[in-house]
Amino acid sequence: MTDVSYTPQSQEAEPSLRDYYELMKPRVMQLVVFTAVVGLLAAPVSVHPVIGFASILFIAIGAGASGSLNMWWDADIDQVMKRTAKRPIPAGKVQPGEALNLGVALSGLAVMMLALSANLLAAGLLAFTIFFYVVVYSMWLKRATPQNIVIGGAAGAFPPVIGWVVATGSMAVEPWLMFALIFMWTPPHFWALALFMRSDYDDAGVPMLTVTHGRPSTRRHILAYTVLLAVLAVGTGFTSIGGPIYLLAAVILNALFLKGAYDIWRRDEVIADQDDYAVEKKFFKLSLLYLFLHFGAILAEALLRPWGLGGW
Amino acid sequence: MAIKAEHEIHSRRKGRNVGVGLMLAAFVVLVLALTFTKVTSGDFELPRAEELQ
Repeated sequence: MTDVSYTPQSQEAEPSLRDYYELMKPRVMQLVVFTAVVGLLAAPVSVHPVIGFASILFIAIGAGASGSLNMWWDADIDQVMKRTAKRPIPAGKVQPGEALNLGVALSGLAVMMLALSANLLAAGLLAFTIFFYVVVYSMWLKRATPQNIVIGGAAGAFPPVIGWVVATGSMAVEPWLMFALIFMWTPPHFWALALFMRSDYDDAGVPMLTVTHGRPSTRRHILAYTVLLAVLAVGTGFTSIGGPIYLLAAVILNALFLKGAYDIWRRDEVIADQDDYAVEKKFFKLSLLYLFLHFGAILAEALLRPWGLGGW
Repeated sequence: MAIKAEHEIHSRRKGRNVGVGLMLAAFVVLVLALTFTKVTSGDFELPRAEELQ
């Protein structure tokens, strides 16, 4: 016999490349890439394709880095929640220290490279976004206030602004309208999730609105935010990033979204329990389509503009 | 039990190393492409000799 031994732990301590990729929250990165591309292409200044590609890549790496840092910080609550228990750290595939190192290294790389490929303002905004998501949202707000989702939503709303600044090198009103669209969309999106992922946030002790203010209050909040969002989304249709395609999409999507929020508001827990939160789940799925189609419509207006078809 | 020349742990490690290698190569190509794009763009200027002194 030799003394060479094999333990399951030694295998688990060898993460694959895919585990590191999972650490970077690929689904969030997809949203970041898409909205940043829309911000970049909606800007009135054209960008060289190589610079545009590199900049979007570094924005995505920055988003992935903040996802990795978030998973490092939230490993304890991720372990408790059903939805997040299979993430690389709670699943034992990646050590927390590795996630921290990866996050810090990639944050530095992404910000530095965006400064070189685009401009300092875009790089500064990316650095602020990472800081906001990791420190302000994950470390300060998430476990302290039921407004965590509302304020934390700002972190996810920055990518189209960064995309716009990559192209123009300066600020304007339009990218902030795209920012506001994501910012106002985030609370109803997450609160609908919190309604049907009932025990998750309670078990983890995260002060979601459902836990601190109760479910009827969460339903009222969803409706209120959806009304404000609808005004903003339709209003954006009359600005320079809007146009007939966007306006048509916004009117239809917001009518559906308002109907969903109204249905959620009218229900109580007894009725919701009977159909296993069908209305809340449907609203959540619609919210994903809602954001994708709004930004898709802004992109369509921008791409059709050179042929005199997009915009007003 | 026969000793396998390559354990699953080795293939996983190899896969990771190859992946990191490819990413580094892609990064080098990207930096090269960025440099080329910046240098050949219209507004690029070499610093003048007196500014360097």
